[in-house]
Parts: sequence; structure tokens; C-alpha cells
Amino acid sequence: MIQVTARIEPSKLMTFASPLLAIFLTLIFGSILFSLLDKDPLQAMHLLLIAPLSDAYNFSEMLVKMGPLLLCAVGLSLCYRANLWNIGAEGQLLIGALGGSAMALQFVDSEAWFALPLTLIAGILSGMLWAAIPTFLKLKFNSNLILTTIMFNYIALYLLLWGVHGPLRDPDGFGFPESAIFSDATILPLLNEDGRAHIGIIFAILLAIFAAFVLAKSHLGFQIKVFGADEPAARYAGFNQTKLTWAVMLFAGALAGLAGVSEVAGPIGQLVPGISPGYGYSAIIVAYLGRLHPLGALLSATFMAVLYMGGDLAQIEMGIPIAVVGMFQGVLLFFLLACDFFIHYRLTFPSNSQYQN
Amino acid sequence: MSQVSRDVIVIETPNLTRKESAPPRLTLKNITKEYPGCLANDNISMSLENGEIHALLGENGAGKSTLVKAIYGVVAPNAGELIWEGSSVKISNPANARDLGIGMVFQHFSLFETLSVSQNIELCLSKEQLASIPDLSQRISQLSEQYGLNVDPDKYVHSLSIGERQRVEIMRCLVQSVKLLILDEPTSVLTPQEVAGLFVVLKQLSKEGCSILFISHKLHEVTEICQSATILRAGKVVDTCNPKEETPASLAKMMVGDLAEQDAGYTKKTGDKVCLEVINLSLSSAQPFGTQLKNIQFDLVAGEILGIAGVAGNGQEELMSAISGEDSRAAPDMIKLNQVPIGDLGAGKRRQLGMAYVPEERLGRGAVPDMSLSENTLLTHSKGFIHKGIVDWKGLKSYTSQLIDSFKVKCHGEFSEAQSLSGGNLQKFIMGREIGQSPKVLICAHPTWGVDVGAALAIHQALLKLRDEGAAILLVSEDIDELFLLADRMAAVCDGFLSPVIRCEDTNIDQIGQWMAGTFISETDTPSKEASA
Amino acid sequence: MDIDFITQILFAAIKTGTPLLFIALGEVICEKSGVLNLGQEGMMLMGAVVGFLAAYTTGSAGLGIFGAIFMGMIMSLIFAFLVLHLGANQVATGLALTIFGTGLSAFVGADVVGQTVQGFQPIIIPLLSDIPLLGKILFTHDLLVYVSFAMAGSVAYVANRTRTGLVLKAVGENPHAANAIGIKVLRVRYCAIMFGGAMAGLSGAYMSLVYTPMWIENMSSGRGWIALALVVFASWRIGNIMLGAYLFGLASIMHLVLQGMGWSISPNLLAMLPYVATVLVMVIISADKFKEKLLAPRSLGKPFDPRQMA
Repeated sequence: MIQVTARIEPSKLMTFASPLLAIFLTLIFGSILFSLLDKDPLQAMHLLLIAPLSDAYNFSEMLVKMGPLLLCAVGLSLCYRANLWNIGAEGQLLIGALGGSAMALQFVDSEAWFALPLTLIAGILSGMLWAAIPTFLKLKFNSNLILTTIMFNYIALYLLLWGVHGPLRDPDGFGFPESAIFSDATILPLLNEDGRAHIGIIFAILLAIFAAFVLAKSHLGFQIKVFGADEPAARYAGFNQTKLTWAVMLFAGALAGLAGVSEVAGPIGQLVPGISPGYGYSAIIVAYLGRLHPLGALLSATFMAVLYMGGDLAQIEMGIPIAVVGMFQGVLLFFLLACDFFIHYRLTFPSNSQYQN
Repeated sequence: MSQVSRDVIVIETPNLTRKESAPPRLTLKNITKEYPGCLANDNISMSLENGEIHALLGENGAGKSTLVKAIYGVVAPNAGELIWEGSSVKISNPANARDLGIGMVFQHFSLFETLSVSQNIELCLSKEQLASIPDLSQRISQLSEQYGLNVDPDKYVHSLSIGERQRVEIMRCLVQSVKLLILDEPTSVLTPQEVAGLFVVLKQLSKEGCSILFISHKLHEVTEICQSATILRAGKVVDTCNPKEETPASLAKMMVGDLAEQDAGYTKKTGDKVCLEVINLSLSSAQPFGTQLKNIQFDLVAGEILGIAGVAGNGQEELMSAISGEDSRAAPDMIKLNQVPIGDLGAGKRRQLGMAYVPEERLGRGAVPDMSLSENTLLTHSKGFIHKGIVDWKGLKSYTSQLIDSFKVKCHGEFSEAQSLSGGNLQKFIMGREIGQSPKVLICAHPTWGVDVGAALAIHQALLKLRDEGAAILLVSEDIDELFLLADRMAAVCDGFLSPVIRCEDTNIDQIGQWMAGTFISETDTPSKEASA
Repeated sequence: MDIDFITQILFAAIKTGTPLLFIALGEVICEKSGVLNLGQEGMMLMGAVVGFLAAYTTGSAGLGIFGAIFMGMIMSLIFAFLVLHLGANQVATGLALTIFGTGLSAFVGADVVGQTVQGFQPIIIPLLSDIPLLGKILFTHDLLVYVSFAMAGSVAYVANRTRTGLVLKAVGENPHAANAIGIKVLRVRYCAIMFGGAMAGLSGAYMSLVYTPMWIENMSSGRGWIALALVVFASWRIGNIMLGAYLFGLASIMHLVLQGMGWSISPNLLAMLPYVATVLVMVIISADKFKEKLLAPRSLGKPFDPRQMA
């Protein structure tokens, strides 16, 4: 008989092995699913996981998707570490794009050097503002952060739609719900000429390293961890919950806002209704898969970006609906949560002789 | 009385009587229960006669609670046999146990605060039992009268005092016509007067033939009412005896083995300089079903230990939160530390002013379970280890190693997780961490609750040393004996009121017990007038 | 505004509030047992798509309903297993369920987007529907609306008047005490979670078979989340949930009201109304921290693991 036994100390090995095991199980699940749908599982897996890395163009596109995922996930990692259930990265990203666009559209005919910094700052501040409202409501009125941030995602989406259909619509755009094309002065420089990857990805990686440093070395990072691990202990120690909540939430909002503005001022180049294929939601999974560690998010964001890119390729080449990506993300998180069970428990195969003295 | 004395004989020669009279109510054979990393019960065998009050004695962690949970079907033993009235039974859940006639009063009560007394009792009854009682409320009232329990079936549990709640738990067993009543540390939450009341009920039940298994570590209680005792140490039965023929000291020796040092007879001190003043502190409760603090007033003097007695839930938690700063809703002038008003400061600020705090819950509040001891040092002791916001981990680790050495904390090292330490060792660590900050005022809650005797001794000595070095210590405990051992002055809380403060030499357990029950409140409408030392 | 217009609006508010009522009834039972399931949105979408597919392929709306309920229960079982048996974080698992349900429903429904099915016809209840005003508003609906009335009544009865309700409340307040007196905590929670799943599935079926009736990706548009807020708003009381569901229903059709009154506001701004209303309601209801703590099930969201009873 197999028995489940609690470990005396949590397994460090399983902490790192669990995400890999979860990915492996998700792939098996996917292969079975594709077989059932009469699609060649090997071809599908190749398209989903290998093809996105196989040539320079695809790799560059992968980086384009990785940027916003990583930015959002780094912010969310800190939030979740502090036990702040911010589900609002999607809304903060959309508002960041909206605010950044509003600024960028002031420079359509300009070549001023400060146009790009101003656009980025506008996007970052917009994202921070969108994170600030639920934070304020939580601290002041004790409202549930999960629900308010979700609601603010929906509100952000309609605000964005209102923007592109209304005040920010291109007057010369034949009534299409799109803004004017941004001036080159407000577009992020490309990494190289072959693809659309831009320096936003560099920002994202630097910020992930910065966040990892804060978490590991600073007193602030320590306080964040204590709040997440054991709130009564944090209150007992006298850490300032209000200050900490503001710091973490605004940081996450800023990063999501930067992700949003980097999309419109990067690969898209104008404000359109469909800015994000749910990056803000996927970032939740990226954060979890990366063990809520900013450097872990670096790895998991890469994986998720590959999956997104692969989803595009699989749709084009095999007619697999793009929704398969969303489903895989959910399955992945399920498997991850299930595998995490084995951080604290192990399977044993006891023999009956053990208790006979 | 005759029945009781017969039982005493039964215990002395159990093997003989078993053959000639009715089988024992319950016999345990080789019960073994293993938790990961801990053998809680190791081949335990014992037997309980009809109408016998049997003590299960042992230190914290000796395996008493695990054993009774196995009898009640909450915990499944890995091996062993239970024999109920002569036939082997398997008790896989509490409902089985109750069907046999086993009732249990838990140490942390298993009552639901948002339900009424009769709803709480109803939940424990099977459908058949419920059908056999025409009117539950009436039955409760009748039993309440019969045993003098004073339980009102329509009251909501959250409105009841701890003592009343315990009587509800006992009532729950009585309604089921219990044949074996298990009580897990029943007296630790009661005032001395309530304990006497409980013993009357237990003796009445025993006379009616109900067997009682009584867990305690208070030896004088065991010698007072129990007819036999089984002593556990580290999960094993080490001895059985008739407590009437033993003294508390001889029982203690059986429980812990030989003690090199005795934990008794410390000198009392008198301080002079007032360190902490609490002035007319009134505060509504921040939690539902909490206690409102009412007009609390006392001075804490440097070089003294002020002990605060009281039954759990009478405002101790609220008072300590208000003083430590976890609850900073008080007006600034209500609390002064060396003349500085601190009533509205946060806990962090108060620490900087020289306050330290050892909270009741060690794991989960006093220490973060899955963080290392170094990290747990940083939890409250950051002074000198933070430079420009960056943590000096190296310095912290070496300091923590020193701390572990000087307070003899048993662990693998500064990297050990807090949850890997035993209760006593973790308490020594927390105590060391707080004392290491050279506090002017130390608030200390239930310092030796659930701690083995050796660690308790070390903790007591550390507290006295800190006092002798000139710190003011506020010691809050439910254990009156401990308070009389350590405190220089004493007071009691009841229902959010604080009694007068009195020197230990000038009072006795009886007076403090009455204060715990609130007799001082009626004496003076404005309580907590400080009786000068 | 004439009386006919008001009648129409209130009729529509009930119709729009019905899916919210279903899903909130399921969630309140789940929360009463101490489990917070944030996967409502995912279960609802899966219910909607499976209900639609079943009705579309068999031509029977009734089979669609059963399919949706079944699917909702399957989804909730995944959640229950992870949360109850593997001790996974309730918030994270709920989110995973929503993400999974959103993706999977889009995946399996990709081929039938935009198709329609024969939904339920209104049943005009004789006599009752003749009551002036109220008769029109309450008794000229389709079958499922009447089912929702009956569900609300029976859930209220079970929760407040039966031993089952007592057990549920006990488990939600203090699972350790419940375990100690022999209540099978995990079994109670399994049942409560699965009831929640069934209701979410039914709610989804109402969307795709009655309300629209067609399948569109993400058609629940946040109703699963609004239902969670609704439960808090209602202080975990069934009567308040019914009232709240219809109020939210009214907020969702406010654009029709305003258009009827001749206002012209951007439809995108009007579409925000239910979400803004949800935020406002939560701010008002939660501002009294003390009251919320008093009313919420005490163990809500906290894991219970019988293995760790030492």
C-alpha cells in the first residue's frame, strides 16, 4: 500500500522540481488531447515548444511576448509574496497603454527627444494610478483586493474601448477604432533590425534583477516575505503594513503600466482595442511557475512566451484554436499546485513489520 | 464513599479483580501512534474500572493528548487494541466513541461560537439519540439542575465565559449518558473556585458509575480526586500508582525523572522607578467576541515583575496588544513609557523606545514557522543589522549563533527553521531574542505554556535575571502557581477590568482566585485603584 | 416613464439577475462551509459551452441543462481535490480554475461560435400572472427563472432550518472542532463545493441557452466574479442574495433604461456600470471591518488538513 506521509522539513528539491514536473505533465496531457483530436501530437509539441526558438524572427517575436509577461509577473511575484492578491495586472497594463497613448498622441508630428521618456512615464504613472485605487480602497475601506482588482480589469477594458472609439480615435482613420500611428520619436528602439523585439525586454530583465535583489538583501524585501509567510508575526514585529502595501502595489502597477505602454510604443505602434491577449492573467501563472521569485519569473516568462508564440504557429499550421494556450496555462497551474503537495508530503511504502516490536 | 474505596483496592491489584468482577470499562493494549519524526505513543497499555477517576499524568509532549484522541477516535493509532467492557472494539471516529458511551471535553473546546448551546449539543447527537430525546432544551435544563451546571440552552456560546463553555462541553457528554468521560487539562482554564465546582461534578459522576480519565499536570489536583494514575514519559508508560499514597513531589519525580535543580523559592524584589504607566486605558474590542478594556490603570516599576492573573479571554490579549502597540488605537496619554506618551504609536516605534514582547503563540506570531532562526532574529531585532536598508546577513548569522549558544537552544544551527524546534527550545530562542535587545520593559505572555520542565526552569531564571538587571516585566499567565513563583506584585483581570495591584507577600491564591472571578468589580465601581506596595 | 416601461425594466432585471442568483446560491453554500472558490467564472463558462453543445447536438435544451450541471460539478471536483486533498491554496486554485475554464471553453466551443439553439419558452403561470404589475414581472418567465425561485427558497430552508445547515455552519466556523466531534469535514466541503459547481454550471447554461441564446467566448463577462462580491454584499444571507442579484441585474441593463429615457452616453462607458457598481457596493459593505468579520464564515479560505491534527 502506498501511504502519504508528511515530511519533517519541506523538500528544497521538490520546490524546484515541481514546476518542471508540472510542465512535463502538462505536455503529456497536451499530447493525449491532440491525439484525441486527431492532430499529430509530435508535430503540435514541436510547433508549440521548439519552433518558436528555431529561427531569428520567431525568437524575436518570442521576446516581444516575453517582455510584458515578465514585467507583470515580477510585480505580481512581489505582491503575492506579501500576500496581496493583486489580479489587476491586466487592467493596469491596459491603462498603462491608454495613458501612454494619450501622451504619445501629443507628439504625433514631433521629433522631440523627450517624447519617448514622457510617453513611458505617462504609461507607468497610469498603471500606478490604476493599482493605487484598489490599494486605497483596501487600506481605507477594507474592500477585497481580489475582487476590486478584477473589477478594475473590466473597467479598464471598457475605458480603453471608449478611448479608441472616442477621444483617441484617429480623426483620419475612416472611423476604425484605432488611434493615429505614433511618431518614431515615441517608439522604443529595436534590439536589431530583423524583428520587432525592442529594448523593453532589457528593462524587464533589469527590473527582475532589481526586484530579486530587493527581496533577498533589503530589509524591505524581508518585511514583504514576513507579511506573506506569517501576517500575525509581521504585525507582532511592528512592520508598517500600509507603507508596505503601497510600495508593493505601486511597484506592480508601475511595471504593468510599463508593459502596457511598451506594447503600444513598441510592436503595435498605435492604440488598438486588442493590446493584450491576457498577458496580465497569464502573468499570474508565470509568477507561480517562477516560484514567486523574480529570477524564477525570468525562466517561466520565457516558457510562457514560447507557448504563446507556439500557439500562434499551431493555429496557422495545424488549425488548432489559439484558445489552447489559455487551457494549457490553466492545466499547468493545476499540475503545479498538485505537484507542490510533494514539497510537504512524500509517498511511502511502509512494510507491516515497522510497528511490531 | 464505599464504592470509591472499593475502586482504590481494584487499582492496587488489577489482575486479581478483573477475574472476579465485571470487566473493566476500558482496557488499552499496546497502543502505538507515530507522527513524522515523533513516536507520540509507544506501546501504551492501561486499564480503567467502572466509576474510577483515573489520572493520566505527564509532561507536555509526553503523549497524553494523542492517547485520549486515539480513544475518542480523532486520531487513528498505528497499532494496538482497545477493549471496551470486555470486547475488542475499533473506534474510527468520534461518532463511534459516542455510540459506545465515551465523551470528551477538549483542552481547546470544540464548541461553535456562532451557534447556541442547544445547537452545539444537537450537533454531537446521532439521529437516533436525537429522536429519543423529546425536547432537547428541556433535557439540558433538567441535567443542568441535577448536576448544578447552570447551563442555559438558548444562550449563544460566544456570550459564555470559559468556565461556562467547559460546562457546556460536559453537558454535551451528559446528554449522551456517558460511561467514560475524558477531560483534557480541564482545570488549566478555570479559577480555583471553578475548579472546586468541577470536582464536585466529577465526584458525583464517579459515584454514579461513570469512569473518568483526567489529564493534568497539576499534581495537587491529581492527589485530591484521582484514585489511580498512569504516568507517561516520552510516549511510554513509566509508572502507575495510587495518587492518594503519593505526594506532588514524588509524582513530579515519576513524570520528569530526576531533576537536578528545583524551580522554587526565588527572592522577591521591590523596584523604585516607574517605567510604564497605564492610565485609564479603555478600549473597545477590535475583534468580534473580544473583550472591551475598561478603565485599566497600573504602574510597572523597573526591577520588578508584575504578574497578571486571569482566566483566558478576559482581556489579557487586548491589554497586551494595546501595550505592545499591535493595537495602536488608544489615546497617546493612556500609556506612557518613561514619561513618553506612546498610546498611539505602532509596535515598531515602541520597540525602538525599549519595549520587548514575548507573545503567547510562539509559532506563527513570535516566530515565522518556515524561516530560519537568523531571519527570525531579524523579525524584531534589526538594530545594528540594517545599513541603508540592506541587511547585514553575515553579522546577523553570527549574532544568532551566539544567541543559540547562550540560551542553550537545541537546534542544528542558525539556519534551522523555527518550526523544526520543540516548543521549549523555540520559547528559549524567542525569550533570548527579546532579552538580547536589553529592553526597558518586557511583556511576557504565558512564557512556559506547553514547555517541558527543564526549559521552564531556564525561562524562569532568564526572566529573573532580566528583572535583577533593572528591567520592568509584565508577566501575564493563566498559571497562578507560576505567578506566585515569579511575580513581585500581582493583579488579576476579569471581563476587561483590572483588579487592584497587590504585593505577592500580602495575598494568597484564594484572594487572587476571587479577583479572577471578578469579585473586585462589585467592590468598587471604578476598579484598578492601585494598592500601594 | 410609463408603467409599462417600468414593468419591462423590472422584468428584464429579474431575467438578467437570474444567472447571478444561481451562481451566488452555489457560492454562498461553498463559502458557508469555509471554502472560497474563485473559479466561478471558469465553471460558469464551461457550463455555458457544454450546455450549449449538448443542446446543439441533441436538440434538447433540457439535456443541455443537465450537461451544464454535470460539467460544473466535474470542474468543481478538480478544485475540491486540489484544495481539500492536496492542501493547495484556495485563491490560487480558484484562479487556475477560472483560467482553465476560460481557455477550455473557448477551445471546445470554437466551432459553434455564433450558432443558435432553441431555448426555453416563457411559461405564463395562470392566475398569478394576472396580479397587477407583479404578475407580469414575476410570473411570465421561462422555466429556469421559476427554478431559481425554488432554488433560493430551498437553499434558504436547508441552510437555516435543518441539521444539514447546522453542520455546514459548524464546519465553516471551526473545522477543527467539527472534526473533533466527528463531523466529516472534508466530505461536507466536497458536497458544498460540488453544489457550487452545479449551480455555476446551471448559471452558465442559463446564459447560453436562455439569455443570449448562443455561445460566445467569455460570455459570462465577469458574472462569476460579481457573484463573489454579491455573496459578501449579502452578508451570506440568502434573502439578501436574491435582492442583490436583481439589483445587479438592474445595473447591467441600466444602459437600456438610460436609452429609454433618451440619454446618449457611450455604450462602452455604460458597460462599466455593473463593475463600478460592484466596486462601490464592496466599498460600502466592507468599510465596517468589524461587521464583516462577524458575518463571514470564520474559517473562510483557510485550509483544513485532518492529517495535521497532532
